[in-house]
Amino acid sequence: MRKWFICLFLIFSFSYTSQAHAFSKQVIQRGAVGDDVIELQARLQYLGFYRGKIDGVFGWRTYWALRNFQYKFKLPVDGLAGETTKQKLVRASKYYKSFVHSNLRKGNTFTHYGGIPLSKQVKVRQTKAKNQATATRTTNKQANKTASPQQTAVKRVKTAAVNVPNGFSQNDIQLMANAVHGEARGEPYIGQVAVAAVILNRINSPSFPNTVAGVIFEPGAFTAVADGQIWLTPNETSRKAVLDALNGWDPSSGALYYFNPNTATNGWIWSRPQIKQIGKHIFCK
Amino acid sequence: MLRILLIAVLSIGIAGTAYWGYREHQQKNAILIHAENNYQRAFHDLTYQIDLLHDQIGTTLAMNSRQSLSPALAEVWRLASEAHATVGQLPLSLLPFNKTEEFLSNIGSFSYRAAIRDLDKQPLNSEEYKTLQQLYKKSADIQQELRNVQHLVLENNLRWMDVELALATNNRPNDNTIIDGFKTVEKNVQSYNETDFGPSFTNVEKRTKGFEHISGKKITKEEAKQIAKTFLGLEGNEEIQVVHSGEGASDAFYSVTIKNPKTKSETYMDITEKGGYPIWVIENRPVNKQNISLNDATIRGLRFLKQHKFNNFELYESTQYDHVAVLTFVTAQNGVRIYPESIKMKIALDDGNIIGFSARDYLSSKRERTIPKPAISIEQARKKMNPNVTIMEERKAIIMNNVNQEVLCYEFLGTLGDDTYRIFINAQNGIEEKVEKLQNPEPIYGEI
Repeated sequence: MRKWFICLFLIFSFSYTSQAHAFSKQVIQRGAVGDDVIELQARLQYLGFYRGKIDGVFGWRTYWALRNFQYKFKLPVDGLAGETTKQKLVRASKYYKSFVHSNLRKGNTFTHYGGIPLSKQVKVRQTKAKNQATATRTTNKQANKTASPQQTAVKRVKTAAVNVPNGFSQNDIQLMANAVHGEARGEPYIGQVAVAAVILNRINSPSFPNTVAGVIFEPGAFTAVADGQIWLTPNETSRKAVLDALNGWDPSSGALYYFNPNTATNGWIWSRPQIKQIGKHIFCK
Repeated sequence: MLRILLIAVLSIGIAGTAYWGYREHQQKNAILIHAENNYQRAFHDLTYQIDLLHDQIGTTLAMNSRQSLSPALAEVWRLASEAHATVGQLPLSLLPFNKTEEFLSNIGSFSYRAAIRDLDKQPLNSEEYKTLQQLYKKSADIQQELRNVQHLVLENNLRWMDVELALATNNRPNDNTIIDGFKTVEKNVQSYNETDFGPSFTNVEKRTKGFEHISGKKITKEEAKQIAKTFLGLEGNEEIQVVHSGEGASDAFYSVTIKNPKTKSETYMDITEKGGYPIWVIENRPVNKQNISLNDATIRGLRFLKQHKFNNFELYESTQYDHVAVLTFVTAQNGVRIYPESIKMKIALDDGNIIGFSARDYLSSKRERTIPKPAISIEQARKKMNPNVTIMEERKAIIMNNVNQEVLCYEFLGTLGDDTYRIFINAQNGIEEKVEKLQNPEPIYGEI
């Protein structure tokens, strides 16, 4: 009896919030992330168009769901959630915002289909695993703090997934950020992008291994790998530089090698045709 | 009394230090041996793989029927790529050993192409046989040299850690037997460098990034500065530096660095010397909040392109990373998307300003082109597709296929299960040119 009462109360409070909150003014398009996308996915799922995870990233599945919705509701099918599409969607569906957000925060597996009681759509993440996760996270945080106190915290958009450049995972990005940080952390930003670009140019070149790890861990290829500096905690700048390189920026203009003229001991490297100098590094073919 | 005590303490200290030092020394040795063993394994693996490779190429020469030739060539491809991967594990990157790696990678792509071909319809021609014969001979040379080095290594108990040390300290590396041996291998391959792999072969070099198709007169440093000013909409109080590229650049360019004393931001830009086209721009500044949407950013990007005379562009892909939009635009001509002509842009979602621009692909493939008439209809192309794929979108497009030729295709976006695929069917002969699985957002691991 008491359980029922709580359930009813919960549903009440949810329906209240669902009316109070609706989309912001933006036109939502593929590739977007954030609260509006969470709402879009939840509402599309409520109507049964979207069967994927509600993760806050507008990927291909969300895109097709939105187009199917537009088609069924006789709207122009363009895959953009504009003013009329959003209005129709809000009128046709419900959105239990606090339910969705609290489950996203807790990392629970959940769905948001209409016609099924919400309590039946959640699979709570096991508390044991959760405790462990929080524990490791706090230690990580502490480690970060001691490693680089000057590091500025970048406010991330809170979602359960992220966009990644085609063909690369977050772990690849992390590994490359490690290498860039170890090799070029004192360099200007553009020099760091260039070092990341050299790694990518090597992957594309027939003269080098063709994986991220293969290129980075090739014995003797990078001094930071040889002396262990690759395992320093990278800062936000090197991650940003890696993303720029992965997205197609190449300040090195196709370079395969670079060296610091003040410390280079190998005579052979000087014989390579030089392209340009960025910061302390000379980039060459 | 005090003296005895002091002596006792000190001798305990010395004994302790000695013990500690001994342990450290042992640990260091263990790690050194481990690293050395890794190198030894890679080296002996390599010689073994080259052995197998040589034999396998030999057997393909003797074969004629497709049933036996295709698997044999596939085996060559596998061995070549394995050997290539093994070379990457040896500490040779400071040694010029590129040609050998390139050679292995070329054998790989040659045999791959031949292996996947329908050899009944299109058997190996005489030129390709000649290539195979040459590959056979060359791999014999490499095999012999490597066997020679291997013999010396085993006989004299040579260690790869010494090679690494010699290379790192540049301590007369010419005296090192291993380095010498590998240099001979490299020289051997170099003489082979010019070999023609036959008409069906394209080099594995994935992108040849020349700006051959751009025109215009050579610009000066001062003009480069002016171009940067107008392109970036500078106010005039910025500190600007211009540097000319080095001789290694395949196309000469100017690098412009702009420092804004007011906002403390730095902008970098490269401009081609010929014609003065902007190649890329990056502005480095933190973007910590979002005021405009990805859609607004797209509209701004398109407006910017139009303003700077990049015409006929449409959005191909948009992605948001935290508070930055990364957009890819491609040109479209009479409704046909030309994928090689792409421009990328980064737009900050706080104030909507452009903080990144890259036209490298566009500059290297931009040209006047006449789009051919398709020989098959879109209905015929649809029939060539996997029937399990649900077609969601379709259009015509020009793409680079995997032998680096531009081809007119029908492009289909379709779903199969939970995934989305982009499929290109050649509009002249109905060949499935490319099938890509499109990236889904990646879940964040280990976070609650």
